[in-house]
Amino acid sequence: MDAPSDRTNPGHGQPAPASAPRPQRGRSVLVAFGIGVGIMAAIDEIVFHQILGWHHFYDRSTPQIGLLSDGLLHTAEIVVIVAALFALGDLRRRRALAPMSAWGGFFLGLGAFQLFDGIVDHKLLRVHQIRYGVDDLLAYDLAWNTAGAVLLLIGAALVWRARADSTRSSASHNR
Amino acid sequence: MPLTHDVHASGDADIAGWLLVALVVLVPSIAYCRAVRSRRVAGRNWSRLRTAGFVIGFVLVAAAVSPAMHALARRGPRGHVIQHLLLGMFAPLALVLAAPITLLLAVLPVACRGTVRRLLRSRVLHGLAHPATAAVLDVGGLYLLHLTPLYAITTTNALAHHVVNLHFLLAGCVFTWSIAGPDPAPRRPTITTRALVLVAAGAAHAYLAKLLYARAPGPPSHGPDQVRAAAQLMYYGGDLAELALAVALFAIWYRRTPVSGDAAGYPDSATEWAWRRRRCGRWCTGVRTRSGSRRRTSHASSIRTTRSSA
Repeated sequence: MDAPSDRTNPGHGQPAPASAPRPQRGRSVLVAFGIGVGIMAAIDEIVFHQILGWHHFYDRSTPQIGLLSDGLLHTAEIVVIVAALFALGDLRRRRALAPMSAWGGFFLGLGAFQLFDGIVDHKLLRVHQIRYGVDDLLAYDLAWNTAGAVLLLIGAALVWRARADSTRSSASHNR
Repeated sequence: MPLTHDVHASGDADIAGWLLVALVVLVPSIAYCRAVRSRRVAGRNWSRLRTAGFVIGFVLVAAAVSPAMHALARRGPRGHVIQHLLLGMFAPLALVLAAPITLLLAVLPVACRGTVRRLLRSRVLHGLAHPATAAVLDVGGLYLLHLTPLYAITTTNALAHHVVNLHFLLAGCVFTWSIAGPDPAPRRPTITTRALVLVAAGAAHAYLAKLLYARAPGPPSHGPDQVRAAAQLMYYGGDLAELALAVALFAIWYRRTPVSGDAAGYPDSATEWAWRRRRCGRWCTGVRTRSGSRRRTSHASSIRTTRSSA
């Protein structure tokens, strides 16, 4: 069964369809992706900024544009994670959540943020580095970005498997 | 520590200050509770959480203008930041969530109700209460205060200090209302617009906080460490306020999205628009006043029908 495209206009008071609720895979992936991005951002801020103190609230080498983009990214994260959590709640109450797709989206979000932070923030904008006062920053960068890529691959695999599963089940259903 | 706030004398002024604090909490709270009671007498319910929100809002305002807070503000920029966080962000959130305009519309005599509705429908108000305008007034005010000599003036001039505080309270209320107000708001922008403005305003606030941190030492009367501590407080306080505002915004979306059928309530822009336009129409014509409790019961029943038919 595919994600439904018949978006009924709310507010018309149409009777609910009698069929079983259909999971919305695409939307599940998207919503969980937002949560993944937010969780990874929170991990970055809490573990690396505050507990380990590897990089800081502000470092004096940060250029203005990096400061501005950092602020935008940071506030967007907060709004995205809140929006995604409410959207997840909405999917659940409509029983339209596809769990495996959602897990896939979650890992995609974790990996995407990790890679974005590692490449754009650390290297292109140079908002901050992973750790200061170490000899080979390259090792840290490699570890950071490899971890991001692995998370991204796990997410992609889960999303792909959820899709394959539902195609198979709908094929057997049609037979 | 050299003090510049010679305008705040202690002693008698303190007693007057605490009296003001008591009035700030009591007068609006009593008026609100009386309005709620008259509504109850008329047989319509009103959430206790809203009443609590209203009282908490004025307690926060009172805390921000109390003599104790003034003493803290005299000791350095941290006190000022706390004052601005309370007045410009946290008190407005509590006040706006208390839906004072809805209550006002419900208890006003019919003749006055028309005037208030006309006011709510006026183009000037819509321009002023658009999230973008409100954000500029609110965060723009902060930029004006911190990047011009205005801040130095407020530390010596009591009138300027109070005008700035009043500005932050009012601008904060308008901004919060435009983002997450449960009150009737004809032609209110979509949730996407409001969320984007919230992100932009939050980013502008965070940027200013880091800029002030980077530019420390700021005003000559305060040491750089104090300014940095104040800037960090501003940054994290702004985060907390943004988080609370985002929760309020999306909670409204969540509660108002109908749950009739598995694909209904899809928040894509087309349905959101159509649905909102219908709502606005109802508010503008004034056929029916909104009531949160009524809508919630209708939602609950629609959920029940979905469950039973599925």
